[in-house]
Amino acid sequence: MSGHDHGDDGVSRRKVLECMTWAGTGVLWTITGGVPRSLGIIDSAQAATAAAPGMTFLQISDSHVGFDKPANPNALGTLEEAVNKINAMPVKPSFMIHTGDITHLSKAAEFDNADRIISQSKLDVHYVPGEHDFLDEEVKFYRERYGHGTKGAGWYSFDAGGVHFIGLVNVVDLKAGGLGNLGAEQLAWLADDLRGKSKSTPIVLFAHIPLWTVYPEWGWGTEDGARALEQVKGFGSVTVLNGHIHQVMQKVEGNVTFHTARSTAFPQPAPGAAPSPGPMKVEDAKLRAMLGVASINFKQNEQRLAIIDTPLQG
Amino acid sequence: MKTLNRRDFGVAVAAALLLPITTVRADDNMEVHIDNFVFQPAELKIKVGTTVTWTNRDDIPHTVVSAGKFRSKTLDTDDKFSFTFTNAGDYKYFCSLHPHMTGMIKVE
Repeated sequence: MSGHDHGDDGVSRRKVLECMTWAGTGVLWTITGGVPRSLGIIDSAQAATAAAPGMTFLQISDSHVGFDKPANPNALGTLEEAVNKINAMPVKPSFMIHTGDITHLSKAAEFDNADRIISQSKLDVHYVPGEHDFLDEEVKFYRERYGHGTKGAGWYSFDAGGVHFIGLVNVVDLKAGGLGNLGAEQLAWLADDLRGKSKSTPIVLFAHIPLWTVYPEWGWGTEDGARALEQVKGFGSVTVLNGHIHQVMQKVEGNVTFHTARSTAFPQPAPGAAPSPGPMKVEDAKLRAMLGVASINFKQNEQRLAIIDTPLQG
Repeated sequence: MKTLNRRDFGVAVAAALLLPITTVRADDNMEVHIDNFVFQPAELKIKVGTTVTWTNRDDIPHTVVSAGKFRSKTLDTDDKFSFTFTNAGDYKYFCSLHPHMTGMIKVE
């Protein structure tokens, strides 16, 4: 759903799922006591076995609608494939987050096309912007569509299924030679937003550029990301979801799980594996194995979280 | 008046032939290419009055921004941006989308 109001209502609890039985194929990460354990590539039977009550939401990222270069001449088409994949899930997720770079060049038609396809999921979508969403001269197209009820450049929080979600913006006011940037105003807002929250409240932070330093040589990190992470480290369960790097990467530090999602548009190389982080051209037959979405499952009253990364194919 | 020996004469002729070509071109127009998220050359020395043209040859858009001095629109693949430097000084610039990309124009 576009134009979702990020007010205090959040997502209705009646939408919370009773079970997660998605029979997708992917790598299932189970976190028990803060230690990740990869269950490897799972088939549908194992996925069903691993399923348990909780709330499931989806992460989609880097759809780059408008991109038409050799790495993927039809980014809108692969976005539609991703949405079809979501619609084919046997149990409807509670909602979706989009971690930015909805469009490639912030053209009005690109935003319109993205919305036309993503709305076919019939899910509420909570967006944060990527640097590709603020390229129009007046920097208004993203804000007009998705900025309602947000603060500053578009940050906000909401509650769903007992989890506190915080959408951050780290793609504006970038400094020469630096990385992603949150800024003092947003960090002050974050401190306010977290004040008074019970430390047992599970926290999900989501933003476009990784909030942790993945590879500074390519700008894959956030200059003041550590200042945001300091504010949540006292919480029992923290999950940080990002995009931007068009590949799955995960690490766990104490109670904090960091995870990046695949793009639905084109893959990017592993850190340092190519001269630049630009779009990576792969054989046509391999492209869809490198694009995809992520599904995140929370189980109430358990310090457990499962993230399933599902490619479009393979 | 001192007469030119044969060697000096040759150098003078060569200089007379080369100077107009190299210096005029250099002063009028210089190029910076963006390839693989890098400004090339990363540092350029030019004379006052020179126009520098940046060309984005990546599959990803970039910008060319020098705080308070100049700012390009978003450059898609093969888009160009030109700026004429009318004052001497050091102009640091960067890509506002990928701030690890930096460059320098030194204007004398």
